[in-house]
Amino acid sequence: MWESTPGTGHRADGRRGFGRLSGRAAALLLGALLVAGGAVAGEAPEVGDNPAAERHMMQLASELRCLQCQNQTLADSNAPLAVDLRQEIRELLAKGQSDQQIKEYLGARYGDFVFYRPPVQSNTLLLWFGPAIVLVGGLAALYVTLRRRLARLEAEGVTSDLSDAEARRAQQLLDEDSGESSLS
Amino acid sequence: MAATRKSLVVFLPLVGFLVMSWFLYKGLFLDPREVPSPLINKPAPDFRLESLASPERMVDRREMLGKVWLLNTWASWCVACREEHPVLVEFARTATIPIVGLNYKDTRADGMRWLTEFGNPYVDSAFDQAGRVGIDYGVYAVPETFLIDKQGVIRFKQIGPVTPELLHDTLVPLIQRLNA
Repeated sequence: MWESTPGTGHRADGRRGFGRLSGRAAALLLGALLVAGGAVAGEAPEVGDNPAAERHMMQLASELRCLQCQNQTLADSNAPLAVDLRQEIRELLAKGQSDQQIKEYLGARYGDFVFYRPPVQSNTLLLWFGPAIVLVGGLAALYVTLRRRLARLEAEGVTSDLSDAEARRAQQLLDEDSGESSLS
Repeated sequence: MAATRKSLVVFLPLVGFLVMSWFLYKGLFLDPREVPSPLINKPAPDFRLESLASPERMVDRREMLGKVWLLNTWASWCVACREEHPVLVEFARTATIPIVGLNYKDTRADGMRWLTEFGNPYVDSAFDQAGRVGIDYGVYAVPETFLIDKQGVIRFKQIGPVTPELLHDTLVPLIQRLNA
């Protein structure tokens, strides 16, 4: 919210601890005031004469990351750069560029980091398929382990983990009334 | 044999844990604000902008061909630029290469006042009021600095202030190599 002044640039490395803290407090206060003010005044809408084109732009912008405030999409963010880039997308769409062309345009400038849905390429293979590999590997390990255990038990001629005496005792416990303590 | 294998298997979760810890530990020292630029080793985007000092003079990227040069994005509203500025002024005093400024989303009056007040390390500053050239260069947080070679190819990008250490350890050796 408080990025509405042009960019915040890079903060100084935390040398002025106290100054930075009070600066942050001031920013919070300012943010609160802005939110309160915005609630009363309502935000001025950005220019967009054609509602369909505007929806298209927002839909595209919602898949792209704003680099100035990295956990927001270009559609969500009010950072000056996001406003500029929305305008850029609007103009490119008006020129008849496809979604793919616009993504390539932004990717060429800001890198793959702008894509919330990263492209499948050699350095993202692990990201895309890692979870599936781990899942399949885990299932395979489970299957092999269970098969081995079964084979071992069969080879030893054991059909139950309990000895005869234990099995009798278990049966006896099961037969007893559930309310009574069996260990007394 | 089976026993050895079994005892090794017992350590697998520990190994997994250590691998994960290592990644998480490394993650502590990564700055998510430093996004690698896709423009490294690509031709620097063309621009032709009015000079900050005078609308009659144009700053054109093509005029820099044949030189190794720095393009430094700055703005009078940028706090970190103020910290970086003395480093650039000092570098410009001794440097063998030109620094071109890209005055980003600023006003002429504020920009000129800043240069008068803090010194002007730039051979010229291009006035990018709309931030369009900034978009072409993938600028997302001022200051950012690009080192561009004689063929007009971007060789290095610094996100955030240029420090004396960065100059000494990285930029100066790189400039010497590019000028060789």
